Amino acid sequence: MTAVPMADGLILGAALFALGLAGLLLRRNLLFLLISIEIMLNGAGVAFVTAGSRWGRPDGQVMFLFILAAAAAEVAVGLALLLRFYHRRQTLDADSLNRMRG
Amino acid sequence: MLRLLWLVPAIPFASALTLATMRLPRKAVAWIATCSIAASSVISLLVSIQFLTNPPSTGACIQVLWKWFDVDGLRPEIALYLDPLSIIMMVVVAFVSFLIHLYATEFMRGDDGYGRFFAYMNLFVACMLTLVLANNLLLLYLGWEGVGLCSYLLIGFWYRDAENGRAGRKAFIVTRVGDTAMVIGLFLLFRQLGTLNIQELMRRAASEWHAGSVVATAAALLLLGGAVGKSAQLPLQTWLPDAMAGPTPVSALIHAATMVTAGVYLIARLHVLYALAPQAQFAVIVVGAATLLMGGLSALTQHDLKRVLAYSTISQVGYMFLALGVGAWPAAIFHFMTHAFFKALLFLGAGIVIESLNGEHDIFHMGGLRKPLPVAFWTFLVAGCSLAGLPLITAGAFSKGWILWGAYSAANGSVWLWASALAGVFLTSLYTFRMIFLVFFGEQRTQVAHRPGHAMHIPCIILAFLSIAGGYIKSPFAHFLSPVLSWSPGAMQGVSFSETVSEGITALIFLLGLYSAYIFFLRRRDYAAALASSSTGRVLHRFWFSDWAMDWLYDRLFVRPVVWAAKTGKDDAIDGFYTGVARLNELTWRGMSRTQSGRLRWYVAGIAAGSIVLIAVVMFL
Repeated sequence: MTAVPMADGLILGAALFALGLAGLLLRRNLLFLLISIEIMLNGAGVAFVTAGSRWGRPDGQVMFLFILAAAAAEVAVGLALLLRFYHRRQTLDADSLNRMRG
Repeated sequence: MLRLLWLVPAIPFASALTLATMRLPRKAVAWIATCSIAASSVISLLVSIQFLTNPPSTGACIQVLWKWFDVDGLRPEIALYLDPLSIIMMVVVAFVSFLIHLYATEFMRGDDGYGRFFAYMNLFVACMLTLVLANNLLLLYLGWEGVGLCSYLLIGFWYRDAENGRAGRKAFIVTRVGDTAMVIGLFLLFRQLGTLNIQELMRRAASEWHAGSVVATAAALLLLGGAVGKSAQLPLQTWLPDAMAGPTPVSALIHAATMVTAGVYLIARLHVLYALAPQAQFAVIVVGAATLLMGGLSALTQHDLKRVLAYSTISQVGYMFLALGVGAWPAAIFHFMTHAFFKALLFLGAGIVIESLNGEHDIFHMGGLRKPLPVAFWTFLVAGCSLAGLPLITAGAFSKGWILWGAYSAANGSVWLWASALAGVFLTSLYTFRMIFLVFFGEQRTQVAHRPGHAMHIPCIILAFLSIAGGYIKSPFAHFLSPVLSWSPGAMQGVSFSETVSEGITALIFLLGLYSAYIFFLRRRDYAAALASSSTGRVLHRFWFSDWAMDWLYDRLFVRPVVWAAKTGKDDAIDGFYTGVARLNELTWRGMSRTQSGRLRWYVAGIAAGSIVLIAVVMFL
């Protein structure tokens, strides 16, 4: 089995991260924001795994497990907040959340 | 027993602290406040009896409590000094304060600030006792300033009326002028003599300075400045009439027992220094003689019962200063004592009258109160006679007669001083009986709404007894005081006459004043009105009524220039700088607050852009 070239892995990670960021900036629906964050986290995870395989060390995969755990926790809290928000507002528009402005 | 001396100021102080920190029911407040002063006066009496029966060989006893601090040669101790002079001051202060507290428990019964009032009053007494018993000038100064603070708090006690607050501030600021002079005097004394212990200071002054030396004169004059401020003498007397804004028991306390007599005590305590500085002592004479006449004339024109009494205090303290100036030291202290009795009584009586008429202060709206308020009338009459100097009976006649005799025959006395003091007797008699006739005689103008109870009557009766009996102890008093303060008649110039003649003339002048008051204010009121409405009479009346236009003068000389300077200096360059700083802050705030739009995606964009910038900086720099 041949190793994937490092540049390819990093480009994939960066592309995922950029897609996630773009989704975060452009979507208004909170659910999609959460999904975009997941995509960004996975982009970072790909970069870690690639780096780990390049140097033949397990640290990259360990970090990815950490990221998975953090993402799971984040989604749990985020979805709970989202449900509460939907109950209260009957909408998921993030721009309506501006009562703390200036 | 002498070991208990420290309790005399400590008990009122502890009680003040208790009342200030705890919320107690009214009854408890009254009991704690009054009993603390009662305990203090009982202990002071016990200590004095011990001192009398078993006098210490040095003539004084010192109780060192602890060393205050030790900085570069200045080692003041918290130490109490007991000698005949401080015994007399201590006993009179404690006892008269006790009676005033007893009176105040009833007088203030309806007031919201009951606990606050008694906390201040106890602190006032504690400070005065510290002042009187202090062994060194620094501790004395502590008590001195404490008294000033309490007077400020109590004069402005009814602070909801802005005018009362103004009166309190005025008292504080005007006495501060004198206190500044005094503290400079203390610096001078310490620098020149290296100690502030009073006895040591007097010993060193007597041995190192020769009579009339410049330093001694300067120190004595600076301390006189402090005394003049506290004792409301010319030219710093303007605070005292306004101090009537406080509740009546406070006026009684300020005028009779505490505060105004502090200056007299200071000069008597440091009499060795004044003996070394004849010019300063002459200044004391001038202050005393001028003040006693000016105060008397101003008292003659006042409408407000309490203001009459205020000017009378100024005038009587002027007598004490005169006695101090001429060198008749014990006479001043004796007059302090009798004055404490009768002036406290006059204020307590005035409090009864004012309260019974629902706060009416104007004596021209009173009248005929002899029948409805018999106790107040008789005690007020006794006190008034004592103040005016009804001969042979009242205490005031003995003390004032002594001062008059001293003014003529003491070392610095002269027949002119005697004559001016005599003019003061006439004025005193005139304004006192003017007040008594207008308030208690004639027809009743205002209905009596309220009659006082026992707690207000008993102090009056005790003080009335003392206002008479106090005079008969003149010779034991002089004997008791002689180790500390003594005097002997000096060489008399010009006309020579004996003490009996002086007293006889004084009695005649007193009767003349009484008779004039009878004519002008009881029999033929129209005479007084005609006199006051004649052209010179009107001018003089206005002049005296406004306290010789001193307030007007000070307003023009000091207050307005300062206000003007503050107003013009408000917008100068330095202020502009600080305003600019404030403006800049405000501008930045507006800009920054705009970025807090509350829009989540903007924040994300901000974070992303920030990270890009940071990464770029790290990578390319």
